[in-house]
Amino acid sequence: MEKRVVFRSAWIPYALLAPQILVTVVFFFLPAFQAVWFSFQLQDAFGLNTEFVGLQNFAELFRDSRYLESFKVTALFSVLVAFFGLVISLVLATMADRVLRGALAYKTLLIWPYAVAPAIAGVLWAFLFAPSIGIITYVLKGMGIDWNWIIHGDQAMLLVVIASVWKQISYNFLFFLAGLQSIPKSLIEAAAIDGAGPVRRFWTIVFPLLSPTTFFLLVVNIVYAFFDTFGVIDATTQGGPAQATQILVYKVYHDGVKSADLGGSSAQSVVLMLIVIVLTVVQFRFVERKVNY
Amino acid sequence: MRINILAAVLASAGLFSGPAQAQTEIQWWHSMGGALGEKLNEVAGNFNASQKEYKINAVFKGSYPESMTAAIAAFRAGGAPHILQVFEVGTATMMGAKGAIVPITKVMADAKEPFDPKAYLPAVAGYYTDSKGNMLSFPFNSSTILFYINKDAFKKAGLDPEKAPKTWKEFAIAAGKLKASGQSCVYTTSWPSWMHIENFSAWHDVPIGTKQNGMGGMDAEFTINSPLHVRHISMLADFAKNGWFTYAGRTNQGDAKFSSGECAMFTGSSGAQAGIKKAAKFEWSVNFMPYHDDVKGAPQNSIIGGASLWVMGGKKPAEYKGVAKFMAYLSKPEVQMEWHTATGYVPITMVSYDMTRKSGFYDKNPGADMAVKQLNNKAPTANSKGLRFGNFVQGREVIEEELEAIFAGKKDAKAGLDEAVKRGNEILRKFQAANK
Repeated sequence: MEKRVVFRSAWIPYALLAPQILVTVVFFFLPAFQAVWFSFQLQDAFGLNTEFVGLQNFAELFRDSRYLESFKVTALFSVLVAFFGLVISLVLATMADRVLRGALAYKTLLIWPYAVAPAIAGVLWAFLFAPSIGIITYVLKGMGIDWNWIIHGDQAMLLVVIASVWKQISYNFLFFLAGLQSIPKSLIEAAAIDGAGPVRRFWTIVFPLLSPTTFFLLVVNIVYAFFDTFGVIDATTQGGPAQATQILVYKVYHDGVKSADLGGSSAQSVVLMLIVIVLTVVQFRFVERKVNY
Repeated sequence: MRINILAAVLASAGLFSGPAQAQTEIQWWHSMGGALGEKLNEVAGNFNASQKEYKINAVFKGSYPESMTAAIAAFRAGGAPHILQVFEVGTATMMGAKGAIVPITKVMADAKEPFDPKAYLPAVAGYYTDSKGNMLSFPFNSSTILFYINKDAFKKAGLDPEKAPKTWKEFAIAAGKLKASGQSCVYTTSWPSWMHIENFSAWHDVPIGTKQNGMGGMDAEFTINSPLHVRHISMLADFAKNGWFTYAGRTNQGDAKFSSGECAMFTGSSGAQAGIKKAAKFEWSVNFMPYHDDVKGAPQNSIIGGASLWVMGGKKPAEYKGVAKFMAYLSKPEVQMEWHTATGYVPITMVSYDMTRKSGFYDKNPGADMAVKQLNNKAPTANSKGLRFGNFVQGREVIEEELEAIFAGKKDAKAGLDEAVKRGNEILRKFQAANK
């Protein structure tokens, strides 16, 4: 069946696309090109002296052990966020799918955190875990745990992971729930009649049929962990202590905006750009093939 | 709906029918939030009321790094303010930007306004004066770091509350007793690098970097991995291990830990007194920083923090006249005394200090002059005049990161400080290359 809309006039599709293209060019392509251009330069903060230095910024970047450390931090952070974000929301979605009474109330409550801005999510959790006044800190101290994420890097990491996961669960939940509801009930019932228990039904029918959703969410969650968690980190740890939560995108901001090192910061964003391109290509080329659509 | 439109029309009409006088507007970007911001607006308002030609427009632009970043971006886009408040660690960056700023001495001389750099406390003036002796920015709000103790906690631990530890040896004895008395947090600090590296060095008359702490040239290198620095920082790391020192963070998070009574001893800005006075439900006192008594020349004098006002370049001559008029107004002893007594910042000229003393303010507010006494403890040496390192905003962060690693027990003091020097020097070299 032909579903395509055919325009009679040649220019209308272009005109309709123009605003979107304009926005993309002004806010995405121009800054991206500027970043590439700046990455080859050495500038003072005020832009009074500019010198073309070729690949020097990149060479310095990869000599800097801190930068390499930031890669590790980012990898750990995004794996944790994507893994826990997906697992917890899948569990919640399967539960919510079975609820018969008051389902709407459950769903509404679970979707709620999505409406919270990342910075606010960060502050919220930072308050709960605040070293002096946090409620959870109080409980932890009562259990004899020395909780102070201001100085302990692993605790700071835990904090930003919790805040980021909490924020993202709603989004994942929505997609998983929609995915679950689109699985034909007849399949599950047939399996049940054949004597398959709930666990077996989940792993042999539900999970494979959910895999397109899972794959899509995996991509979205990794991109989220890479970029959108900026607000959470800026509002809580600001990359500290001792760079324990300094993910790549935060380092770009930190070096460029706070430290006024535009060349080095631009070189980092170019590297980040390449990483994202490679990541997307790899995911769609290789991982997608193994997904059961 | 109709009422809304009517209101909008009236409002816009009001905008256009305002006084048609040709007042020269001067933009002043600053970082004084809360009560400090209110006081600053009052100062600007008083100036505006005192004459008709110029109007100071004070705009709050966020924290110190934020307003500096905003001004740099604005300068690149051609819309910088006339006056910018820059914190002390940004001084070298501003001095390096020769085309972006106008030295305050030139602004005042061009407008034929009186200005005497020698009127300022040496510890203040030295910070903002170049190697040729020209004052480049206008000192505005200065503070220094002081040592606070909770007298009630001292009493409870069986210590004499009137005798705050003078040396780090006495400090350690007091810390042990406080811990034994059940004090959960014995000591904390705000601004760890400013206190335990920068002021520590000045107080013990040892250099933070070569070339007179960077004041003698851009090719300076950090020297904060000297045996004395290593000894001090590893002492703190031991304190942290003993539970005598609780790390609070890189900025002023320590203030709340002291004023809430959680920590019994605390080093923080002299400007923290106003907040502590308001919040603390216990007796406290403010004292000189502790020192190591076996170091020759200690205690020397402490160095300042806070900010100065920079005049940005590329403006009209009439506007510079207004800037000069405003700076002359700010230099008046009575204006300075008002700012000092209302905010807790240090009186930055000798005249305003004397004036405040004669007014009896210090008798009523014991401790309010502790900061200026500590800054003037001895005549500043090359090591205690201040510091000037390129992009020290970043440099200080490097130091703080390494301190965090040391206090968390991940590195020993020597390794951490060596790394801080190495990374700090890289930043200095990069700044030097970009500001040839």
